Amino acid sequence: MVKLETKKLRIANRKFNSRLIVGTGKYKNMRECAKAISLSGAEIVTVAVRRVNISDKKKPLLMDYIDPKKITYLPNTAGCFNSKEALRTLRLAREIGGWKLVKLEVLGDKKNLFPEMIETLKSTEILTKEGFNVMVYCNDDPLMAKRLENVGACAIMPLAAPIGSGLGILNKVNIKIIRKQTKLPLIIDAGLGQASDATIAMELGCDGVLVNTAIAKAKKPLDMAVAFKNAVIAGRQSYLSGRIQKNLMGKASSPTDGII
Amino acid sequence: MKKIKKIKIKINGKTNLIDKDLKIQKLLTNLKIPLKKVAIELNQEILDKKNLNKVKLKKNDKIEIVHFIGGG
Repeated sequence: MVKLETKKLRIANRKFNSRLIVGTGKYKNMRECAKAISLSGAEIVTVAVRRVNISDKKKPLLMDYIDPKKITYLPNTAGCFNSKEALRTLRLAREIGGWKLVKLEVLGDKKNLFPEMIETLKSTEILTKEGFNVMVYCNDDPLMAKRLENVGACAIMPLAAPIGSGLGILNKVNIKIIRKQTKLPLIIDAGLGQASDATIAMELGCDGVLVNTAIAKAKKPLDMAVAFKNAVIAGRQSYLSGRIQKNLMGKASSPTDGII
Repeated sequence: MKKIKKIKIKINGKTNLIDKDLKIQKLLTNLKIPLKKVAIELNQEILDKKNLNKVKLKKNDKIEIVHFIGGG
């Protein structure tokens, strides 16, 4: 029996067994969301900060379904289009219950949802100085990834493709270059469409993946949650096992000696 | 009995009529807000939840009460 890797995912001095981070948006209901998280094995989930519904207090609360003592909440800034909004959102998130590990996401365009990197860089620097541990959603640009690292990001989270697009990893070369240049946790965030995309991310040497839509909007979200769990494990194991060289021509698997 | 003066404030973007000098702690209790699960902003400044009993509301104050919901 081969012993599987025991090295944990380390983010800002916290250790996690699972390398799959899942989002909590877009599910049919809270029950389905909680069940999918449990089946995915994820130990970190992203959450959004929004106004409390004052008039309808019977609406189910996220915290009633997903216990923040058992699952690490990663507050995000989804829907923020500049540094000011993002900072305000994360300062509020910290106030809810002391959250310091956060996901920064500053968007620049309402249609393609690409990150606004100038504002993202600025926000990363400010938040880090304020004591936040900032996991940064970014484009797949190695130079920008380096700059984020230099201003104190605790994890680099490049997109695979536009958020919710399901296109999979569009620029594997850039992801590999980012992997080569950084020792920070590298997590693919956004754009994955199916479980095999997560395997590819892990085989490129990423430390983890973050998935929301591909699970929540699959025809069978619970089954897809399991598929992603297995895909991440498979990809990680494959990466650590060391793949064979690629060859242009065929190489027979059976010995050529003794052919009758 | 002396009539209590009412003032207009905004809570999460909606206008509300409340008693003048109402403390924010009392307002949140009246609204049945679970304090442990929210953060509160008064005129764009985050309030320390320990001090809610000290803050009196004034005319045109803007309160934001936020919590976590599902997101990606």
